[in-house]
Amino acid sequence: MFRLPMPARTRRAPVLALASVLTLGSLSACSLVGGGDDESADGAETVVLLTHDSFSLPDDLVAAFEEENGVELEIRQPGDAGAVVTEIGLNPDDAGADVVFGVDTTFASRLLDADALETWDGELPAGAEAFRLDGDDRLVPVDNGNVCVNVDTAWFAEEGIPEPETLDDLATPTYAPLFVTPGPVDSSPGLAFLLTTVAAYGEDGWQDYWTRLVDNGAKVVDGWSDAYYVDFTAAGENPTRPIVTSYDSSPAATVTEDGSATTTRALLDTCFTQVEYAGVLRGADNPEGADALVSWLLSADVQEALPTSMYVYPVADDAALPEEWAAFTERPTDPFTLPTDEIAENREAWISAWRDVVAR
Amino acid sequence: MRRTLGLLTLAALPLAVLAVFFVVPVGAMVARGFVVDGTFDPGAVVEVLGRDRTGRVLWFTLVSAGSGTALSVLLGLPAAYVLHRLDLPGVRIARGLLLVPFVLPTVVVGVAFRALLGDGGLLGSLGLDGSATAIVAALVFFNVAVVVRVVGGAWASLDPRAGEAAAALGASPATVLRTVTLPALRPAIASAASVVFLFCSTAFGLVLTLGGLRYATVETEIYLLTRAFDLPAAAGLSVVQIVGVVLLLVVVGRLRRSDDAAAGRAPTTPRRMQGYDVPAVAATVAVLAATALPIVGLVVAAFRVDGAWSTANFRALTGTGDDTALLVPVTEALRNSLQIAVDATWMALLLGLLVALVVTRRARTRTERTVRGVLDGVFMLPLGVSAVTLGFGLLITVARPPLALRDDPLLVPLAQALVALPLVVRTLVPVLAGIDDRQRQAAASLGASPARTLLVVDLPVAWRPVLAATGFAFAASLGEFGATAFLAQPDRPTLPVVIARLIGTPGGTNYGMATAAAVVLAATTTVVMLLVERLRVPSVGAF
Repeated sequence: MFRLPMPARTRRAPVLALASVLTLGSLSACSLVGGGDDESADGAETVVLLTHDSFSLPDDLVAAFEEENGVELEIRQPGDAGAVVTEIGLNPDDAGADVVFGVDTTFASRLLDADALETWDGELPAGAEAFRLDGDDRLVPVDNGNVCVNVDTAWFAEEGIPEPETLDDLATPTYAPLFVTPGPVDSSPGLAFLLTTVAAYGEDGWQDYWTRLVDNGAKVVDGWSDAYYVDFTAAGENPTRPIVTSYDSSPAATVTEDGSATTTRALLDTCFTQVEYAGVLRGADNPEGADALVSWLLSADVQEALPTSMYVYPVADDAALPEEWAAFTERPTDPFTLPTDEIAENREAWISAWRDVVAR
Repeated sequence: MRRTLGLLTLAALPLAVLAVFFVVPVGAMVARGFVVDGTFDPGAVVEVLGRDRTGRVLWFTLVSAGSGTALSVLLGLPAAYVLHRLDLPGVRIARGLLLVPFVLPTVVVGVAFRALLGDGGLLGSLGLDGSATAIVAALVFFNVAVVVRVVGGAWASLDPRAGEAAAALGASPATVLRTVTLPALRPAIASAASVVFLFCSTAFGLVLTLGGLRYATVETEIYLLTRAFDLPAAAGLSVVQIVGVVLLLVVVGRLRRSDDAAAGRAPTTPRRMQGYDVPAVAATVAVLAATALPIVGLVVAAFRVDGAWSTANFRALTGTGDDTALLVPVTEALRNSLQIAVDATWMALLLGLLVALVVTRRARTRTERTVRGVLDGVFMLPLGVSAVTLGFGLLITVARPPLALRDDPLLVPLAQALVALPLVVRTLVPVLAGIDDRQRQAAASLGASPARTLLVVDLPVAWRPVLAATGFAFAASLGEFGATAFLAQPDRPTLPVVIARLIGTPGGTNYGMATAAAVVLAATTTVVMLLVERLRVPSVGAF
């Protein structure tokens, strides 16, 4: 047993500190009930959207949707697309939401296999049909983008080295050790780049390619932000690598201060297309609202907001792109793709085979 | 018997909360793995346990968490001594700063560490990037503060007379340390080590970020298996994890019980540095410097814009980032964080006080003692069980009817309170246990009701530790990321969630804003901890 010393020294200090703690508490409005202010809205019906944590659209668009349809839009973001699909997979009959958005090519077939979606028979904007999955009328394409290897053009100009163009180039001594990429384990562009190599070199050849890549000093990190912000010379903190896995839209984010040029470029022969889909969930409590929500995602306003809000391209042909995008990004004409069911079937096997190559 | 019932009545609320928000969700998730197509089929789970890979994963978890814990204790002990026993300038600030890593989101720490260890970084020449060493270093970076706080608290209230007597009889300082001081501190060290081990073995963002994807722990494996929808495999590993944590708690319970009473407790005042303190002080300075390095890097990054010094990143915090990367401005996220932390804190405190009261009442029978021991350990469980299992478990249980708490604004603070609860309990238990039960009996025999006894006997001694626990819980809640990211409502994100979001979004100023926001979070935490320091009593935090 030990006895506690009575605070004989200063009595003032604790009182002061207590006062400060209380002040801090009251500054933060001292919530004792959680303080959700807009919870009890005027009884308007809600539509619940389940989506990944990169989802964002301008407030005024959301407000317009709510007003037009007399509903309240409730957004749930449990994590990345993988977490969204897992959440639905746990309760495919009743996922507790009306619409899912943001499921990409690599996860799409899992929703179909789980039979979690209703058919959606609304009208697609011109150009969107091309992004549909063959023979499926449940997954609605909303946006698309390409994961491409990006290079820091300024760095290559300064060093007097020609820029690489192809996947093979990355494994040649000229470009050792200049490449950094997120791995497929925990990163969606990382997975897309792995799929690029599978599509390019085939089931039998991609592991060889990765062996050459790693032998050539390629660096693998966990996440896209790690690769881009830590290692990539055009954006990083202690940059040492001028070649990185990113998106075809990334050059729009590295425009020079005077707005006349961009300092990076996407290599169009190294791209893999990702389409993001929306769908009406089976067991939706508000099927009409769900239909309206999917239509809204395809509306001209939302389609044109996609590039600035989520860094992806619209599926609608006639949606105007932001100036910087129009001026400084290029799209691949013949990107790599893989059938979504093939991806679903092999994803885990490929990832663990990849780990064996990289972790040697 | 009646006393045991009374105990359980007091424990009813914390137990109910633990059951609903921890046992049921985790149980539901594990059950999903055991039931295949509607029938109970443990075959798949058993198969997982036999895989080669499972063995490797378990081994790496034990090795990394074990060495992380050992190093944290080794480095933390001298610092605990110097920062709690010696009278040196700046020890308070040092104690506050040491807790900063504890609240930073792992994604920020990951990037800060990689900026330091990567090819172009200050320590890049060591070639540690992506190595197991980097993982262990980051684990130590996170957890050394726990050891300093817990052991330092016990050290500060250790009666110096036994040591002085030994010295007077000719024992060297090293002998005193080995034969008198360390044995007396053993319960506190065991407690600290157990908490650190639980934190280390469930760290998962760090392992993924710093390990270059080459290393897998039980926690990362559960995460990946759950995402791959291999639920039987995930359930198998979850069961392994739970069994491991229970074993650990039993062992630590034994070590902790030992003979705390034999170690004299007395108020001490910090004393001047002596010649033989030099190695300890040097070690402490080294620990502080190593902790400060990534943080300084972060602060520098926050004040740099396009290669020049600027406060633009901080001024941008009132906005929503480049191309509206965020749904709400960072300042509003800070406000959310503070509000949620207030709620989480009172919840953790209420539950923690009840648990501490139950656990520390003197046991009269064997059964009673066992019940108390079990209760003491049970509330440590949330620290050691996979956040992914718990997160998805919450989604398929309390988030759904009949409770349907998915959108309840209390869900996030409750989840954070469960994380902070062990810290509160560990802070309060030693203090309440230190009150001689005869005082309560005396009060009772003089006609005081149980409530009045609490008011006149327990409260006067416990109020400062309660405030200290408040600060600890507040900081833990401010920094909580795993559960919060999972459960937070998008229009009401917390600061760590917003930081992670900014760092993962392309756009010119987003990275700068993320570092500035991390600095704000660190500064807020330091201020809270400095306030708590004002409230310290020497034995607070003795686990």
